Amino acid sequence: MASMREIKRRRGSIQSTQQITKAMKLVSTVKLQKARQRAENSKPYFQYMYKTMTSMLAQAGEINHPYLKSGNSDKVGIVAITSNRGLAGGYNANIARLIQSSGFEKEKVRLYTVGNKGAETLARKGYEIAVDYPEVIEDPTFEDARQIGTRLLSDFSNGEIGEIYIAYTEFKNTVSHVPKLMKLLPIDPAEMQTEEGEAGQLTLMNFEPSEEEAIGLLIPKYVTSILYGAFVEAVASENGARMQAMDSATNNAEEIINDLELKYNRARQGAITQELTEIIAGADAIG
Amino acid sequence: MAENNRFELKIIEPDGVFFEGGSDFLEFTSVEGEMGVYKNHIPLTTILEPCVMKIHDGGERKKAAILGGFIEIQKERITVLAEDANWPEEIDVTRAEAARQRAKDRLARKEAGLDVVRAEAALKRAVARIQTAK
Repeated sequence: MASMREIKRRRGSIQSTQQITKAMKLVSTVKLQKARQRAENSKPYFQYMYKTMTSMLAQAGEINHPYLKSGNSDKVGIVAITSNRGLAGGYNANIARLIQSSGFEKEKVRLYTVGNKGAETLARKGYEIAVDYPEVIEDPTFEDARQIGTRLLSDFSNGEIGEIYIAYTEFKNTVSHVPKLMKLLPIDPAEMQTEEGEAGQLTLMNFEPSEEEAIGLLIPKYVTSILYGAFVEAVASENGARMQAMDSATNNAEEIINDLELKYNRARQGAITQELTEIIAGADAIG
Repeated sequence: MAENNRFELKIIEPDGVFFEGGSDFLEFTSVEGEMGVYKNHIPLTTILEPCVMKIHDGGERKKAAILGGFIEIQKERITVLAEDANWPEEIDVTRAEAARQRAKDRLARKEAGLDVVRAEAALKRAVARIQTAK
């Protein structure tokens, strides 16, 4: 049995770790609340954007627009959204795993990473990182999304990449975050699902300028808004994941402390018993 | 103004719903030029320039700076998806003036590698803000 002093020291060290995890949990809870609010506020915009795109493409039918078909390149651009900080459970690893298991060959993937952790992991695995935007995820703005979107579209138009995907963590609710790979371009009208009931009563829409021009102008806006939406959801998911990770770390620390407490008491009782036995034995020997 | 001349107007920006309410006449600038819309307009989707949007309701008139986006017009409902929207009191005129000057300078210098489209867009946004605040 370990000595009393040793047990006491271990317990102290675990207690201070627990204090840290507890504090981190509180911080991420507050951050999560803010991020979730933001994600919820931005929902109407994206839902409407998506709805407009779907109804537009459904109506437009066979429009020959470069954004609607794969480019000449066989390379795939993936926007990987992770965090700059660790200690968030499987949050960052899940995105890396998602990309590795996506079925795209390593050599054909060009990554546009947002967030350090994903960039580090994926670069180590041998993926090509085209551009890295680590600072964006700290406080994503619509302007950031626009800049990244512009870059993606110009690479797409230049034929550097033929398809664009986005890998992010969808925020379902506080405890459920799902890593998701979503196709951004080319947009396949058949893949976009129209909301039920909505489809039947599509009003015939006119476009100004012409449909083709309007699509050319709208798609960059669509890309920007999807990116921004993914950023705010990813931030909410990151804080949610960290909150969960820190919560279980705090609980685990509690368990170990209890266990050590028990061992400590047992060791103390053992020491007392031993001392008593020695005294009694000593007294017997004299008497 | 009679109630049945009004349509529903909703302005949404990425950070949430900016405005929701009724209106009987709406003025704005699209890529095709200035437009005014009453109720029962034909369904139309058009792209917006950065502009001053004037929302008329009865005798009242509200102004807002709409900085790019698009508008979907239906008979009784108009939805604006703005990339950014400001009420006049939210606009910092000195900042907007500075932004306008910067954009103008950049366009005037005509440096190589100048992103003309971006500089022009910045100029338009600054002008829309200044006009709204006036």
